[in-house]
Amino acid sequence: MALQNSIIWLYFSSPKNFYPLAGKLIPFFAILAAVLTVIGLYIGFFVAPTDYQQGESYRIIFIHVPAAWMSMFIYIVMAMYAFIGLVWNIKMSEMMASALAPTGAMFSFLALWTGALWGKPTWGAYWVWDARLTTTLIMLFLYIGFMSLESAIDDARRASKASALVAVVGVVNVPIIYFSVKWWNTLHQGASVSPTMAPKMASTMLNAMLIMVFAFWMYAIAVVLMRARNIILEREKQTTWVQELVTNKK
Amino acid sequence: MTEPSLLTACRSMLGRDLVLAMRRRADVLTTLIFFLIVVSLFPLGVGPEIDTLREIAPGVIWVAALLASMLSLGRLFSDDYQDGTLEQILLLPHPLAVIVLNKVVAHWLVSGLPLVIFSPLLGMQLGLNAESIGILMVTLVLGTPVLSLIGSVGAALTVGLRGGGVLVSLLVLPLYIPVLIFGAGAVESAAAGLGVEAHLSLLGAFLAMAIVLAPWATATALRISLD
Repeated sequence: MALQNSIIWLYFSSPKNFYPLAGKLIPFFAILAAVLTVIGLYIGFFVAPTDYQQGESYRIIFIHVPAAWMSMFIYIVMAMYAFIGLVWNIKMSEMMASALAPTGAMFSFLALWTGALWGKPTWGAYWVWDARLTTTLIMLFLYIGFMSLESAIDDARRASKASALVAVVGVVNVPIIYFSVKWWNTLHQGASVSPTMAPKMASTMLNAMLIMVFAFWMYAIAVVLMRARNIILEREKQTTWVQELVTNKK
Repeated sequence: MTEPSLLTACRSMLGRDLVLAMRRRADVLTTLIFFLIVVSLFPLGVGPEIDTLREIAPGVIWVAALLASMLSLGRLFSDDYQDGTLEQILLLPHPLAVIVLNKVVAHWLVSGLPLVIFSPLLGMQLGLNAESIGILMVTLVLGTPVLSLIGSVGAALTVGLRGGGVLVSLLVLPLYIPVLIFGAGAVESAAAGLGVEAHLSLLGAFLAMAIVLAPWATATALRISLD
């Protein structure tokens, strides 16, 4: 059984076989993402009660928190793909890492942006040097570094390998950076604001947030698969199957 | 033909890089002078009040050290890449990581050590007391090798690329943050009369970790770049 499973995985690690699979999966994940977003936002904006401390402004967490989680999570997934690509030399894995980076960067940016919008009414400032904020900012820099290195190298294979190494080095450093910034922040104690949330969240709030996490998850999968398909077409353009595919479509 | 032992290879690599650096003293001096100029600019921008300067001194000196060490990274592999030496190094029958470590040590001796030696001067300029200056030097001794080690990964990845210099800063500066935090933090604690052991231990831990992991990553990066 285990052997069979591994053969299936290896089968789909070939771009030629992955391309149609991704094509079949995209509508499924895209529809799921749309439905979950509608449900999540409806519960978040209309059903969930108003927070007694923060008023209505807290409702941005239904986008902010899932985005922040996704930015971290996508980086880890990206580093895993990068690692697999580096060690076992699997082309598809490298392409997936490249496909994940822009989505991850987008989520970090979204987390920072919504965080700033939430911070102004709650903390009185758009930006506070809080550990989580700072780490998310550094995360965004790491994503940008990954993408710029990849685009700076002309040879696609070499570009993926080099940026894969950056992702792996980055993932080792993220926890170190996080704890460094956290200790730095507690040492300074400059800003008098504390990012403590209300101790207990109403269960409807939590539900809405979890639904939004799944919605973002589905969105990320759908978009990454779309991007991966494009990358496959671009990098495998000299192969016969891509040329047949393209000519048949015309 | 007998192969040279690993020790011989390391020794000659270190010696060669140091001799090359001594032949081009101007390059070494540029890094140092950059460091001195950047720090000297801050009083002009912030104002000459010695209390303010004393407060920002650790951060200013550390950020300047970060930038100076980053600027010097371009030389780490690029000359060897251009004249083909790097390919020969990759063909050596010895572990590349060990050879790379020697190159990084040589690089630190000519770009990091001068910063350590001249830092007391800047500390005095910015009104730090003797004890803080001592701590500053210790943090730089522990921290600048980490910068060289982490930087070597970025330098190896961007070797031979157009606009590699700017790219290196994008890749490497975010990873320098922990060193900056604890390097400057130790000096601040010393100035405030608090204990600095925790900061120094963490810097030491970073150094130990970087010595083990960074040469390996740099070696991998070099193999990718010269593929």
